[in-house]
Amino acid sequence: MSTTGNGHSGNGNGNKPIVEAASVESEVGAVAGEVAPPPGLLKKADFISDQEVRWCPGCGDYAILNNVQKVMPELGIPREKIVFVSGIGCSSRFPYYMNTYGFHSIHGRAPAVATGIKCANPDLSVWVITGDGDALSIGGNHFMHAIRRNLDLNYILFNNRIYGLTKGQYSPTSEFGKRTKSTPVGAIDYPINPLSLAIASESTFVARTIDIDVKHLGTVVQAGARHKGISFIEVYQNCNIFNDHAFDSFAERSVRTDRVLYLEHGQPMIFGKDRNRGIRMKGALPEVVTIGENGVTENDLLVHDIYLADPSVAFMLARMEAPDFPQPVGIFRAVERPTYEDMMVEQIDAAIARSGPGSLDKLINSGDTWVVE
Amino acid sequence: MSTLIEPPIQQLEKNLEELETVTIRFAGDSGDGMQLTGTQFTNTSAVAGNDISTLPDFPAEIRAPAGSLPGVSGFQLNFSSQDIKTPGDQPSVLVAMNPAALKVNLADLEDGGTIIINTDGFTKENLKYANYATNPLDDGSLAGYRVHKLPVTTLNMNALKGNVELSRKEIDRCKNFFALGVLYWLYDRSLEGTLSWITTKFGKTPELAKANEIALRTGYNFADTTEVFTTHYTIKKAKIAPGKYRKITGNEATAIGFVAASQIAGLPLFYGSYPITPASDILHELARHKSFGVKTFQAEDEIAAVCSAIGASFAGQIGLTGTSGPGVALKQEAIGLAVMTELPLVIINVQRGGPSTGLPTKTEQADLFQAVWGRNGECPAIVIAPSTPADCFDMAIEAVRLAFKYMSPVFYLSDGYLANGAEPWAIPAIDELPKIDVKFTTDPESFMPYSRDEATLARPYAIPGTPGLEHRIGGIEKQHITGNVNYDPENHHLMVKLRQEKIDRVANDIPLVEIFGEKTGKVLVLGWGSTYGSISTAVEKLQSEGKSVSSAHLRHLNPFPKNLGEVLAGFETVIIPEMNLGQLATMVRAKYLVDAVPFSKVKGRPFQIREIVRKVEEYL
Repeated sequence: MSTTGNGHSGNGNGNKPIVEAASVESEVGAVAGEVAPPPGLLKKADFISDQEVRWCPGCGDYAILNNVQKVMPELGIPREKIVFVSGIGCSSRFPYYMNTYGFHSIHGRAPAVATGIKCANPDLSVWVITGDGDALSIGGNHFMHAIRRNLDLNYILFNNRIYGLTKGQYSPTSEFGKRTKSTPVGAIDYPINPLSLAIASESTFVARTIDIDVKHLGTVVQAGARHKGISFIEVYQNCNIFNDHAFDSFAERSVRTDRVLYLEHGQPMIFGKDRNRGIRMKGALPEVVTIGENGVTENDLLVHDIYLADPSVAFMLARMEAPDFPQPVGIFRAVERPTYEDMMVEQIDAAIARSGPGSLDKLINSGDTWVVE
Repeated sequence: MSTLIEPPIQQLEKNLEELETVTIRFAGDSGDGMQLTGTQFTNTSAVAGNDISTLPDFPAEIRAPAGSLPGVSGFQLNFSSQDIKTPGDQPSVLVAMNPAALKVNLADLEDGGTIIINTDGFTKENLKYANYATNPLDDGSLAGYRVHKLPVTTLNMNALKGNVELSRKEIDRCKNFFALGVLYWLYDRSLEGTLSWITTKFGKTPELAKANEIALRTGYNFADTTEVFTTHYTIKKAKIAPGKYRKITGNEATAIGFVAASQIAGLPLFYGSYPITPASDILHELARHKSFGVKTFQAEDEIAAVCSAIGASFAGQIGLTGTSGPGVALKQEAIGLAVMTELPLVIINVQRGGPSTGLPTKTEQADLFQAVWGRNGECPAIVIAPSTPADCFDMAIEAVRLAFKYMSPVFYLSDGYLANGAEPWAIPAIDELPKIDVKFTTDPESFMPYSRDEATLARPYAIPGTPGLEHRIGGIEKQHITGNVNYDPENHHLMVKLRQEKIDRVANDIPLVEIFGEKTGKVLVLGWGSTYGSISTAVEKLQSEGKSVSSAHLRHLNPFPKNLGEVLAGFETVIIPEMNLGQLATMVRAKYLVDAVPFSKVKGRPFQIREIVRKVEEYL
C-alpha cells in the first residue's frame, strides 16, 4: 500500500506534513481494531444491517443481496474497509441493508461519488450498486468514464429492463416496442446493451449473471471482487411487479441449460442439456452448431479466453442473444491494466521523491517576490 | 558649419518627470500577446516597489479573426507610488496595436491621454475590419490626445531580420516585446525581470530567446535615442508596510490558499473539477502541487466533479470542487446531497457574466442567490466571498475551517475580476495562519451518525476504515440521532430546522463586520466580494472631503455577521453597489427591513471609483 494513498489518519497530526502524517499506518485502526473480529472469522450475518429490507416481496434484488452478503466473508476484507455506493432506484437501496459503510447518493452519480472515495482512500473496497436507468440513462456519462479510468471498483448493474421505483416506465434496456405507462403504444427507442457499452468503454473486467442462478451469481461476484481494476457485472434481475418474466425465456429453470451459455475460461463454448450444442465461427460471425451433426466436433468450437487483450471477441459474445443464440453469462473479459488510483498515488509519490514533501513556506514565497524595507 | 545643421546634442536629452499614478491599457489582437506584455510590465512594476492592480480583459474566443473587433484583448494596469486598490477608472495611456484595439478602447481613455500606436497595424484591411470609414491617424479624430505613432512591426522586423534564424511570422510575434521595451523606457523601468523571464521561458529555444531579447532592448533604445518621446516618467516606490511581497492573482491565491488549508488541517486536498473559464487556472495550479499530496481529478462533467469531491470528503479528505456559474447550476443537486448527508465540502464559484453561457471571460456577481437559495428544499449552506485577490488566500482557509467544523458545504464566491486581477500580497508567516482542527470520531460505544455537537450542531465525522462505525448515509431524510431513513412528518420538520439552525450558528463563529469610518452618518456603502477596492477608495475620497460616508464589506454572506443589522441602523441611507440587479440588497432588505438602495452595474466590468462617488453624492 502506498503511504500517500490513505489519508484518513490525518486526525490529530497538527501541522505535520501530510505525507508524514499519512504514513502513520492506520492510526484509527489501531485504536478501535479490537472491535471488529479478524476478517477470516466473519460470517454472512455480520454483513446484514439492522435495517428492514423494503423491496417488494418476490423481487430479484433479494437474491442478489443474499448472495453478496454470503460472498463477503470469503473476500477476507474487514467490514470497515468496505463501502457500498449507490444512485437512485430500487436497487440503489442496497447499501442500507449491508452492514458496511454505505452511501446512497443521487440519481446516476454513484460512480462519481465512488471515484472520490477510492481516490481519497485506495485501501477501501468500493462497490457501486446501480440499475439500468441509473447507470445507463441519467448516469450514462459517469458509467463510461468511471469504467475507462479503470478505478478498482466493483460495479454491479441490476438490469430489470424497467423503471420500478417510479412505477413502471420503460428503461434504456427495455425491448423495442415495449408497452408501459409512458409508452402506451410501444417504445420507439432502441435499447442499449450494457455489456457492449462497458466493453466499448474499455472495461477490464466484464461479466453477466442472473439473479435466480444463485451459485453462478456468487462465483461471478467473487471473481469481480478479486479483479484489480474496474469489475463490471450485469445481473439480469426480475421485477415481478412491473416487468415480470422479463428473462424467463432463457433464465427460467426448466429452459436454462438449453438457452444459457455458461462461459468458462479455457473451455469450448458448449451448452444444452445434452451438452451437444456449441458456438463456432463462420467467417467473421458466430453460429450455433450441434456436435455430431454435419461433421461438427468439439474441436470446431470457439474456446473462451477471458484474457484476450483485444476486446472484439468479448464484444461479439456480448451481442449474442435469443432467439438466434443462447444467452451468454459468466466472465467475458478480464485483463490487467494499472488502476487510476494507483497511478494517481504514484504521481504523488514521484513528485515527493523528486523534490521532497511540499513546503508551504516555499510555496507561498515562490513567484515574483520583493521586499519592502 | 555643420554644427548649425546638425541638431544640438542637448535636444536628445530627455526630461525625466515624476508621476504619482499611471494607468496603462495594452490592447491588440488576441494573438498579439497583450496579456503577456501586461503581465511583464506588472511584474517589473511590482518588483520596482510600486503598488499595482490589474484588470485583464480578453475575449472568450481563443483567436477571433485577426484585426476584428471581437478579437481585441486588453490588459489594464494601474501602478502608483500611493496605496491603490483598483486597476484605475480610466487609462491615461493606451497602447493600440491595430485599429480594432483603438476603436474598442478609445472611449475609456481619459481626455488628453496618451496613445501609442503601431501604425503598421493600420492597414486598409484592418481599418475596414474595425469599421473605420477613414483612417483615424489622418482624419484628425485623435486631436484631443497625445499620439505617438510607431511602425512597431517594421521596426521590430528591421531589428531582427538577419540577426536571428526565424521565419517572418516568428519575428512578427516578437513585436509585443519591442513595444514593451518602448514602454520600459517611457516609465523608467528596468529590463532585468523580463530578460530573466525570457531566459527561463525560452531556455530550450535559444533563437526565440535571442529574438525576444533583441526586440525588448531595441524597443528600449529606440525610445531613448529617437525623437518620438521627449519626456519619460518615473514613479517612486509606494509607501507600503515593510515585509516580503508577492504579486498574486485571485486564482493563484485561491489555489495556494487551499493547499495551505490542507497543510494546516493535516488532511490531503482532493480537487474535483471540470475545465471552465475563468476557474480552470485553479485546476492547473493545484495539479502542480502533487508534492503536497494534492489529488486533482479532471472529471467528465461538473456533476462528477462535485460528486467526487463529496466522495473524498466522506472518505476523510478535503473535498473541493471549483467552477463558474453554469457549473454550479449543474452541481446543485449534489450540493443538496452534501447538505443532507452533512459532509464537509467547498465549492469555488469564480463568477462570470450570466445567465447561461453568458460572458465567459467577464466578471459578474450574479450568483449570490444561486449560492444561498439555489437548491431544492430547505437547503442551507455557508456562503463566503473574498474581497481582493490576496484575500482569496485567507478565505480559502476560512472555507475549509467552516466546512469541517460545521460539516457543511461552503460556497466560496470569487469572480472573474478577482481571479485574473493581480495585486501585491504581503506574504504571511506560516505560524500566524489560523488553525483548523479536524476531529474524526473513533469510539463505537457512543457513536450515532446524526447525533450533534451541542455548540455547533455538527454531526460526528466517521470515515470508512474506522472499525465499529460502519453506517449508511444518503439523500433520503434522516432520523434525528440515528441517521436511519425516516419519513415521519415531525422528524422531517425537526431536521429541516436543525440543518438551518446549524448554519445560523456559524454567525457565532465569524468576525463582526467592520465599519470604515464613523459608526453613524448619512450614507453607508455596503459591499461584498470584488467591489471592495472601488468602494473603499470611493468612500475614502469622500471622507477626505469631509462627507458623512462610511463603508462596510461583507466576506460572510450566509449567515451574515451578527452585528450587521445594528451597523445598518446607524445610517440614513444604505447603498449596495453590486455587479448584479441587487441580490445582496434583496437579502438585506428581507432580513433587516432596511430600505437599502441597490446600485447595479452588470456590464462585465468592475465598478469605477467615480461611479460610486457619484452615486453616493446623490444621497448626501
